[in-house]
Amino acid sequence: MKKIVVHALLVTVTAGLLLELMVIRSTAEDLRSNQQVIRISASTFEFKPSEITVKKGVPVTLEFMSQDRHHGFRLSEFHLQADIKPGVVEKLRFVPDKIGKFAFFCDVFCGDGHEDMSGTLTVVE
Amino acid sequence: MADLINRRDLLKLAGVGAAVFVSGTTVIGGGIQKKKEESFYFVQLSDTHWGFNGPNINPDSQGTLKKAVDAVNALDEQPDFIVFTGDLTQTTDDRKLRRDRMAEFRDIASQLKVKTVRFMPGEHDASLDRGEAYQEFFGDLHYTFDHNGVHFITLDNVSDPTAAVGENQLQWLQADLKQLNKDERIVVLTHRPLFDLAPDWDWATRDGAAVIDTLLQHSNVTVLYGHIHQEHHHMTGHIAHHAARSLMWALPEPGSVPKKAQLPWNAAEPYKGLGFRNVEAQIAQARYVIEEFPISRG
Repeated sequence: MKKIVVHALLVTVTAGLLLELMVIRSTAEDLRSNQQVIRISASTFEFKPSEITVKKGVPVTLEFMSQDRHHGFRLSEFHLQADIKPGVVEKLRFVPDKIGKFAFFCDVFCGDGHEDMSGTLTVVE
Repeated sequence: MADLINRRDLLKLAGVGAAVFVSGTTVIGGGIQKKKEESFYFVQLSDTHWGFNGPNINPDSQGTLKKAVDAVNALDEQPDFIVFTGDLTQTTDDRKLRRDRMAEFRDIASQLKVKTVRFMPGEHDASLDRGEAYQEFFGDLHYTFDHNGVHFITLDNVSDPTAAVGENQLQWLQADLKQLNKDERIVVLTHRPLFDLAPDWDWATRDGAAVIDTLLQHSNVTVLYGHIHQEHHHMTGHIAHHAARSLMWALPEPGSVPKKAQLPWNAAEPYKGLGFRNVEAQIAQARYVIEEFPISRG
């Protein structure tokens, strides 16, 4: 009797988790469909891509992955900052609310070429 | 002030004029009793970047630091001590080369007549290995010392590559300050600016505001730092922050150009923007008289 109850409980919990995961996934996919997702690779001493163009008013997700060591991302104009560490996908979400060209930088000292690790975000209508 | 300059005859030594800046005019009674009537002076050198090679930026990269050492040794009156506020060496990924550069730098610094020399790291020395090599050659990354009634605190805002002091060091600072009278004469030595001078140029400390908030509880605090390769003076509340020149290359004024870049060597004005400074601590007045000196051509 006890075994059956435990089994039923496990099934219920598992089903609940699966449902929750499906909901989360579905929500994420829905969000993604309305978003501009930009994957950015960081390595010594560059961002790839370093030139990014997005549309004003459309939510943006920046997904960062380091290829080698600890880097950073700083885009002051939109108050964005991320620490980019190897093995971790770091995400930043924002809605660009102004058009123009905005510089971003690595703000974690990463070596002799650190000063050159930068890029430009262009926001268009 | 004039007496100070004449006494040391530093203008003659440098061969050209020196800028003078007076910091901290507040006089508070009580507090330190010992040697309150005395003054002393020390020399600050910064951003020597030993190992840098860039003929268009500094064709005398092997000689500039040595010239500064000679200039300090030639002072009529020797300072009580000398501080190097970080970026002793040029960064490198090569662990052996990093240590070679530190050893060479240490050898050159050992030629200073004054043997009390205080070091601290810059990001070029310590960010890539969290200060491992630096500590092998120069000791602790942060520490305190006292001299003639002035409490010196060296803060490390570089061994964490995110340019943070960090919670542990902040607690250490708070514990240290807790032992002091509120009007104690305090000089903070660090590498990066503690305030947001130009964050897009890495001219900031991520948790610098917390450090400044802590320091603001004391009435006589002055901060000397490097990193920005130029003379700069700024106030946060009653705390004065003074940036020193580099001994390798100069940088543009904060925000004056879209992208920070080393200023090229000007053959018509060699060593322009490079130099070191003397700091006279006038203890009774809680005042610091700063004299900036260029590198001599000799």
